Amino acid sequence: MIAIIDYGAGNLHSVKKAFNHLEKDSLIAKEVKDLNRADKIVLPGVGAFGSAIEKLKESGFYDVTYNWLSENKPFLGICLGMQMLFEESLESKNIKGFGIFKGKCPRFKKGKVPQMGWNQINITRESPLLKGIKDKSFFYFLHGYYVEVEDPDIIRGTTDYFITYTSMIEKGNIFGVQFHPEKSGEIGLKMLNNWTEAC
Amino acid sequence: MLATRIIPCLDVDFGRVVKGIKFKELDNVGDPVKMAKEYNEQGADELTFLDIGASYKSREILIEVVEKVSEEVFIPLTVGGGLRSSEDLRKALNSGADKVAICTSAIENPSLITEGANIFGSQCIVLSIDAKRHNGAWYAYTHGGRNNSGIDAIKWAKEGEKLGAGEILLNSIDKDGTKEGYDLELTAKISGSVNIPVIASGGAGNPQQMVDAVKVGKADAVLLASLLHYGEYTIKDIKKYLEKKEICVR
Repeated sequence: MIAIIDYGAGNLHSVKKAFNHLEKDSLIAKEVKDLNRADKIVLPGVGAFGSAIEKLKESGFYDVTYNWLSENKPFLGICLGMQMLFEESLESKNIKGFGIFKGKCPRFKKGKVPQMGWNQINITRESPLLKGIKDKSFFYFLHGYYVEVEDPDIIRGTTDYFITYTSMIEKGNIFGVQFHPEKSGEIGLKMLNNWTEAC
Repeated sequence: MLATRIIPCLDVDFGRVVKGIKFKELDNVGDPVKMAKEYNEQGADELTFLDIGASYKSREILIEVVEKVSEEVFIPLTVGGGLRSSEDLRKALNSGADKVAICTSAIENPSLITEGANIFGSQCIVLSIDAKRHNGAWYAYTHGGRNNSGIDAIKWAKEGEKLGAGEILLNSIDKDGTKEGYDLELTAKISGSVNIPVIASGGAGNPQQMVDAVKVGKADAVLLASLLHYGEYTIKDIKKYLEKKEICVR
């Protein structure tokens, strides 16, 4: 069972609908106890870094998620859900992220912010998530901050938006994507399906 | 590279697409769910649904339509038309919309932009501006282009960004339905005044005009309605043309 963590920040229906479409059992976890039946967690990203971390703490999801990540259990962070795996974001300077990986999140300095629309991923290393997905495939992006990753070993894909930045990471059973696979048409669905089969 | 977005727009009245009545090649006449699926297959980058019925009942039906679309079509969906309160925005977003477009209600009550951005995030608040030219300036209109608010459209775009809008849907009333092309001057002025994406709308008659909207008007996306609904072009045709003109498309 896949649990989609709902920390009260926004619309999680599209992730749930994507799993429904793929005929994968999933639930929207509104309380920590909803995770009892879960063997995989999706942390979607909506809103600002600081308020998302605070809401995770208030709802009790923070500690459970931190332990889940520490135990290398199957996990997918989408957009802000990937950024929160890192140490901090310039969006909310005094609030720390999970810090599972080293790095922080600066804001785009060039171009329209947020970056909104379909952009390509440059595949830098093979990943089970990329099974059947070609280099330079387009995914839907919507974000004003991006991750500056310190450990190059976790990078699986990058994207160009005035700069080249990391748009996909993987370590063990922990995956993170800066784009929204649930809004990236057939190819996004393929990636979500790959994830359910990868870990 | 970030691709220029091609966004079909469906004007819906009581659950039926009103500009699409001559959409006869496919058996999709006026059915927004079928048309959404068709455009998704053609390669639409997003879909926009505008309720023009402007009644509570018509809007409720549109929300049911969006709910159905969102179960089968996995690209960003925008809903607009008659959304007046943050509760209306919530209903639209909960139905499966990713973004909500507000026009008249934002002019009448600018704090709705901020309230919406605070609750749901800037990224899902689209400020829709219906602009019409008078004596060298453009003014923002309300009520489906019927009333002049007296507000300068460029100033309104900047103000909207400050209030928390994440994107601007810019419709030229002068060009709408003419097929003469987008209002390039207006689009360039607005796009140059804000740091959020601008969608050009109104006046599309052929793909070269879309190239101009991007190259001259600096639009980040183009909205299309009748051109697609009447089957004059498919999204694939348009993207092929844009690609030839060195515009990045998906």
